[in-house]
Amino acid sequence: MKIEGRIWKFGSDVDTDAIIPARYLNLSDAKELVKHVMEDERPEFKREVKKGDILLADKNFGCGSSREHAPLALKAAGISCIIAKSFGRIFYRNGFNQGLPLLESLEASGAIRDGDQVRVNLATGEIFDVSQNKKFFAKPVPAFMQRLIKDGGLIPHLRKKRTKKKG
Amino acid sequence: MTITEKILAAHAGKKKVSPGDLIDARIDLALGNDITAPLAIQAFKDIGAKKVFNRNRVVLVPDHFAPAKDILSAEQCKVLKNFAKAQRLTHYFEVGEAGIEHALLPDKGLVLPGDAVIGADSHTCTYGAVGAFSTGVGSTDLAAVMATGRLWFKVPETLKLLFHGRVNRWVSGKDFILYTIGQIGVDGALYQAMEFSGEAIRLLPMSSRFTIANMAIEAGGKSGIFEPDGITLQYVKPRAKRPYRLYQSDPDAHYADIKEFDASRIHPQVALPHIPSNVKDVREVGKIEIDQVVIGSCTNGRLDDLRVAAKILKGKKVAPYVRLIVIPATQEIYQQALKEGLFDIFLSAGAVISPPTCGPCLGGYMGVLAEGERSLATTNRNFRGRMGHAQSEVYLSSPAVAAASAVKGRICHPEEVIRKRG
Repeated sequence: MKIEGRIWKFGSDVDTDAIIPARYLNLSDAKELVKHVMEDERPEFKREVKKGDILLADKNFGCGSSREHAPLALKAAGISCIIAKSFGRIFYRNGFNQGLPLLESLEASGAIRDGDQVRVNLATGEIFDVSQNKKFFAKPVPAFMQRLIKDGGLIPHLRKKRTKKKG
Repeated sequence: MTITEKILAAHAGKKKVSPGDLIDARIDLALGNDITAPLAIQAFKDIGAKKVFNRNRVVLVPDHFAPAKDILSAEQCKVLKNFAKAQRLTHYFEVGEAGIEHALLPDKGLVLPGDAVIGADSHTCTYGAVGAFSTGVGSTDLAAVMATGRLWFKVPETLKLLFHGRVNRWVSGKDFILYTIGQIGVDGALYQAMEFSGEAIRLLPMSSRFTIANMAIEAGGKSGIFEPDGITLQYVKPRAKRPYRLYQSDPDAHYADIKEFDASRIHPQVALPHIPSNVKDVREVGKIEIDQVVIGSCTNGRLDDLRVAAKILKGKKVAPYVRLIVIPATQEIYQQALKEGLFDIFLSAGAVISPPTCGPCLGGYMGVLAEGERSLATTNRNFRGRMGHAQSEVYLSSPAVAAASAVKGRICHPEEVIRKRG
């Protein structure tokens, strides 16, 4: 699976309250949540982000609450992949469960710049910065989690398994 | 093996597991609330599931924005109620018998030593205090568990935190965990199980242990756990309605790291904005005036927390222009506090008492901050905008520091309000 897009660069310890403030958690609909994604952290993000764009962060991205509204809103905003030095662990699970791939890479997180055009190969973990003509590698994604992404997340994956069982 | 590895091995039907193993584990109890369960219930239907795996083992608690703060919240609470009715769930807690989930479930005897518990709430790690493996997940994982009773895990490495020495006066679990997060950082235990141990820990009552386990997530931890002892059993025995199992770590268990601390050097702590690791000794914070104090939440809304606050507030007044909001964590705690006369003390001091709710902790309602306002809270997160306006500030402390600070109108040590003994 190949992904290409513009980089939105964030710092370290971006928490889920920053991704989607709790005052909007009376909503469950991704189309509504996306109107508020990152609004306190980086107000122009929700206006300018385009389908396929890639989010880049330093360490511990998505720390804090378990709200799946966070990866849900980012995915609905068009984000195709997140690269960071590390992730909050619940966010990490939630990302894959939503079919949003997350890559851990120390070197890419530091070197890639905001606005760079980047290509990602999920199967190999290769991250190519087109703007800087530089190549980086992420920790390989376990096969099980690659299957989740391929199926579009945990729910479609489980539905597929159930149909297979019945059929 | 460590206690965490033993519990996970037992739930995966294996003799032994090691950190990094991917396992498929049986889940004893699954929890959702009015924020996370609506997404989970939708996902449950999307899977094609018809019935929950066990109607006694799925718990729904409307607590975050309940009693409903607005129409949208009311709609979310309604989703829970309707699902609970349709699935005939044994443990759906309507607001009159409920409270904040992480205080409620252990008090009701629903989480027991040796259990594997998941909850669609990051502070589900609280139940490690009784010697259970317990971790927060998202709504989709909750849906998968509601449908199948099982969930995949990567067995975490364990970080052992050893506290030696005696516990200082006015120091409680909150100071231990804030101090720890200050030392190791908000990702100091990322993906790890935090095992709290040592003679100082053995001295702590259950209320303090719940507070410590509760904030394991604020250090990035997957879970926080205490090996069960006499204090645990005293708490669990009268509450348990099903068998449970006590696990201890083996003497030769492998740890990712062992960090040792001298408890006698821990004094009341405060976490400054906007990250829980920005921790200082309360005597070193300088003059920080406050607009609001919140005593409550899944971290510090238990009876012991209210008792210590009342002890400090007795015969005192909240400083002018300061709002003190006291939120007992559950209906039972509320009633007990009332019986003990704590409410008289709070009301005479000029506090307002709220029914149980997570409300202000996450900027929901019942104490949301305006632009430029500053709150000291016994809650767990001080992220930017957490309690309201993006330009407001949240400081975190124990109930003792919070109560004393409400009296002074600025952040202070309890001894500034109550003179030293002897």
